[in-house]
Amino acid sequence: MYGALIAFQDFRPSLGMADSPWVGLKHFESFFNDIFFTRLLRNTISISLLNILFSFPAPIIFALLLNELRQDKFKRTVQTVTYFPHFISLVVIAGLIKSFSTSNGVFNDIIAFFGGERSALLQKKEFFRPIYIASGIWQNIGWNSIIYLAALSAIDQEQYEAARIDGASRFKQALHVTIPGILPTIIVLFILRMGSVLSVGHEKILLLYSPPIFEVSDVISTYVYRKGILEAAWSYSSAIDMFNAVINILFLVGSNAIVKKASGKGLF
Amino acid sequence: MKIKPTKGERVFDVINVLMMILIMIVTLYPMYYVVVASFSDNSLLTATPGIIAKPLGFTTGAYRLAFRHPLLMNGYKNTLFILAFGLPINIIMTVFCGYFMAAEDVMFKKIFIPMVMFTMFFSGGLIPGFLNIQSLGLYDSIWSLILPGAISVYNAIITKTAIEGVPESLVESAYIDGAHDYTVLFRIILPLIKATIAVLLLYYGVSHWNSWFTATIYIRDQTRLPLQPILRSLLITDDNVLNASSVSGDEVNNFAETIKYSAIIISTLPVLVIYPFLQKYFMKGVMIGAVKG
Repeated sequence: MYGALIAFQDFRPSLGMADSPWVGLKHFESFFNDIFFTRLLRNTISISLLNILFSFPAPIIFALLLNELRQDKFKRTVQTVTYFPHFISLVVIAGLIKSFSTSNGVFNDIIAFFGGERSALLQKKEFFRPIYIASGIWQNIGWNSIIYLAALSAIDQEQYEAARIDGASRFKQALHVTIPGILPTIIVLFILRMGSVLSVGHEKILLLYSPPIFEVSDVISTYVYRKGILEAAWSYSSAIDMFNAVINILFLVGSNAIVKKASGKGLF
Repeated sequence: MKIKPTKGERVFDVINVLMMILIMIVTLYPMYYVVVASFSDNSLLTATPGIIAKPLGFTTGAYRLAFRHPLLMNGYKNTLFILAFGLPINIIMTVFCGYFMAAEDVMFKKIFIPMVMFTMFFSGGLIPGFLNIQSLGLYDSIWSLILPGAISVYNAIITKTAIEGVPESLVESAYIDGAHDYTVLFRIILPLIKATIAVLLLYYGVSHWNSWFTATIYIRDQTRLPLQPILRSLLITDDNVLNASSVSGDEVNNFAETIKYSAIIISTLPVLVIYPFLQKYFMKGVMIGAVKG
């Protein structure tokens, strides 16, 4: 981590850290003035927020629905099937997305079925974010629901009994017993999630993006990769990375503080 | 007294079941497609758009080509190497770390634990990490994929929780009988947390199997790359990975598309096969981790 200091230097590998000149906040300033700065920030935040908006609630809802299934065997089958995609590597998933998105691919079949036009989906800006988010949900909805299912099974059965006696329908039970029961879990996971707001999964984006769609897909971490590894702008890239980490800390601590204010308990 | 379900509730149940079935189909179909496509004839496949239900012109050519492909097989071999040497290191180091965090009279414990938790959230960043590897002389070595990432803090915490679950009395009586710390670790604690170790093996195993990014930045020699980066060249970047000497250009063209699918199956098969058997262990791991949270 000490190496993170090169963000404040003009690092030259031949000189090493001790001898490279110090330039203070120069790199941070260049980053803020970089022509891509707004684009990067915008993409990073929107993809992240969209992610939170859609893929955070999805496993929760899935767990709730799963919990309502009466037949145990069916329930377990669904679980086994839906947990599986989590173990498929990102490379394979990206490969699948690529071949399904071609003009002749499965996705276009569906589009054509609904009367739309076929096209190479990954080349077009408007499709990137939906594909990114939807595939994320496909891969992880099952696995992420495990924690919620565990929390669900920890809810006191007596509360349900009491609710039933009071005449509550299943729906009302869900609203007043189930959700409050798993609320602590939801909050913890939410706070943790906020801590990675800016580290939008660069691996997956790296696998799926291409210059025609940089406009919507280039995020801070992918830029760090290009600048650092591909263009060898060591210090510059580290500065950006550090900026990323600092914002994440702020979000993490910030959301923890907000939750603490609202309910008296936070993660730390 | 059994309360009869209302009409609304029964409708809901039916819809729920239907939805679950739909979800399962959507979940499974992509893999099904891959299997079917891998056995299909290449030209028929590219000519037929979209959804298919069974192989078009059954052929095992794509698989035969994949097995003869040196880089792909190399990748497999490298990944297996990483597993063979990495997993023991992972387990040993994680257990030590967990034990250290769980044990009682440990020096520096108050500083150590927060430090470790800190790294769970932050790291020096991409470039400093890269420079670090370079200065350690691990660049372009397969060990760069094994050593630096040896302990995952999340897994260490799971281990710590599990060790804390071992009854105090057992540990104490061992000490009274004259055991040293290591004896306690190896002969009392380890046998009692076998389930956790199984979970660790699986978590690290899957993580090693699926990782590709670190390999692409730390390794330059193509023959030292593990499986996933090779797969990436094949599927994503469309490099001419296929043009190796033992494979003629014609053959490659005959299977340009389908070899992608057979490669996917070959590299995912181990996970596919092991998964059903070990599903309950994975879930246990998540639960143990969740309890800590």
